[in-house]
Amino acid sequence: MRYVPRLMQPPEPASGRYGPYGGRYVAETLMPALDELTQAYQESQRDPAFQAELDVLLHQYAGRETPTYFASRLSEEIGCRIWLKREDLCHTGAHKVNNTLGQILLAKRMGKTRIIAETGAGQHGVATATACALMGLPCEVYMGAEDVRRQAPNVRRMELLGAQVHSVTSGSSTLKDAMNEALRDWVTNVRTTHYCVGSVAGPHPYPVIVRDFQAVIGQEARAQMLEQAGKLPDAVVACVGGGSNAMGIFAGFIDDESVRLIGVEAAGEGIETGHHAAPLCAGGVGVLHGAKSYVLQTADGQIVEAHSISAGLDYPGVGPEHAWLKDTGRATYGSVTDDAALDAFQQLCRTEGIIPALETSHAFAYLPTVAKALGPDADILVCLSGRGDKDLETVLEKLEERG
Amino acid sequence: MGRIADAFENARKENRAALVIYLCAGDPNLSTTADLVVAAAEAGADVIELGVPFSDPTADGPAIQRAAERALRGGTTLCGVLETVRAIRARTDVPILLFGYYNPILAYGEHKLADDAADSGADGFLVVNLPPEESAGLREPAVGKGLDFVPLVAPTSNSERIAQAAAAATSFIYYVSMTGVTGSKAVDLASASERAGALQRELGCPIAIGFGVKTKDDVATVAPHVDGVVVGSAVVRTIEDAATPEEAVASVRELVAGLTQGLNRQ
Ligand SMILES: Cc1ncc(COP(=O)(O)O)c(C=O)c1O
Repeated sequence: MRYVPRLMQPPEPASGRYGPYGGRYVAETLMPALDELTQAYQESQRDPAFQAELDVLLHQYAGRETPTYFASRLSEEIGCRIWLKREDLCHTGAHKVNNTLGQILLAKRMGKTRIIAETGAGQHGVATATACALMGLPCEVYMGAEDVRRQAPNVRRMELLGAQVHSVTSGSSTLKDAMNEALRDWVTNVRTTHYCVGSVAGPHPYPVIVRDFQAVIGQEARAQMLEQAGKLPDAVVACVGGGSNAMGIFAGFIDDESVRLIGVEAAGEGIETGHHAAPLCAGGVGVLHGAKSYVLQTADGQIVEAHSISAGLDYPGVGPEHAWLKDTGRATYGSVTDDAALDAFQQLCRTEGIIPALETSHAFAYLPTVAKALGPDADILVCLSGRGDKDLETVLEKLEERG
Repeated sequence: MGRIADAFENARKENRAALVIYLCAGDPNLSTTADLVVAAAEAGADVIELGVPFSDPTADGPAIQRAAERALRGGTTLCGVLETVRAIRARTDVPILLFGYYNPILAYGEHKLADDAADSGADGFLVVNLPPEESAGLREPAVGKGLDFVPLVAPTSNSERIAQAAAAATSFIYYVSMTGVTGSKAVDLASASERAGALQRELGCPIAIGFGVKTKDDVATVAPHVDGVVVGSAVVRTIEDAATPEEAVASVRELVAGLTQGLNRQ
């Protein structure tokens, strides 16, 4: 059975509460489906055959375990020891596949005949389309029109994988609106359809399910650090959009009190400009997409559009467990701007020969801050959540603008 | 008994279903909303569901999404909606159910909202994304102020959830006719009405059917079976199609008058 960190069990698993956060704020039509999903998930967790099937897929198909790599040239530039958990080496190029293999396997077990998903950067869409192709299920992906434009290669990939991509033009035409549209589809087709949520957001049980499927990142990384560094890291750093790669790597270390957990949000054009995607750093408590958490909103409770160069972080909400980790102080959260992320993107290319996703680049851009706080003897583990091939066009465009 | 329960009771005495009309507050603007409510009431609406616009209306189809966008662009807030209810109260006694999503309510403050809504003359709340499990924070102060709290039952609700809704209901239960968003085409309104009718007899609590009811004929399909029928997207579209606010008021008056023709049970 998969290791579930003690501190991370919601106090009341039935309600999916993390302190005041989480819960199920959805239309009545969806409530029975969430009950059904919770039950099926719990049964699958107790079923060794399910776990064995998933383990084989993660190993033989997705390429786990992924390495933890000591980045010596980057370490020199940053001024402490930097270790990279290489989720970019997963099949499809990001951590997202850990979750989709688990969820699509679960959907099959539940007898669902159709899969829907939302996607921002397209990585979750690609990972869902991939798992659906593998398991022979039809897949439809909702993606904001703005993201369809800036993540064009991933749209082509999803289509090649047999998925149908719906371009969403309501609201800000980004991830939030894609999720709205996916929820509207689900409320219509809930009897036959599984909604494969891509992050630790959404109504209970999604934050639990996605965290558990991503926890493999942290479990592997903990063992690898002990073996390769001979110690636990002093800090674990990950970017936070909805928060799944961060939750996944945090999961391995949550009970290790000496390990600082640090999430990095997108500050976009700067927190002070209001054009950002940093609800934990600069938002307030609200309810979006079925859960109570931190959100970007007006004083009247209208959700505000997020802004980030990175499509996967361009979301005004965040998973409820992060809200709880923030309030309890177990994790801390910082933010970095589009510009800083671009610089970090180039730095990793240049020093290590690794092209990171723009989402991931946010974690790297925060390393100097962490290094300054912890000093040169610190070991910092970074979740390299995905690779950046999908972002080349955006990056080259921006670099040209900068001159 | 509150105004909403009275309205259902009166309709029952007249051997007809009660007509519930949805309007999105602030579309096209709040002063026209007041005129629209008055016109709908004069034309025969028994209850008004006054939508409080939200930026991310995940249970709504395109028509009501667009209405909410227009209302928000015009600066509509929950505060403004309550002021409008107060203004309407000087003109008509039609029961007004505030209808919306949870986040603007949470931002306003649940206790404060219950106080202010009661004070403005509103009659209750229906919150689309606040199932019984999450609703105590609003329901308790609301009921304490004599306001109604209207639960929803969906085609997917099992008997346990239906019982929970019935226990929470203070005036009526809103029965969603189909799995879907507002404004969708009803797949089979007749059999949904029969199921809802059986449920109403079993629970002994008035039920209103909404989603997919657009025309006088739809109303006539529903009316024999349950005590209430809700028309929303059709009203919102009529407002959208009007060239001026005056035309919107006149068209809604005409639409509602037509819908009342389908309410009679014999
Ligand atoms: C590579 C990569 N990292 C991170 C994210 C952000 O999501 P999360 O915060 O759920 O890990 C995405 C989302 O698209 C992504 O593609």
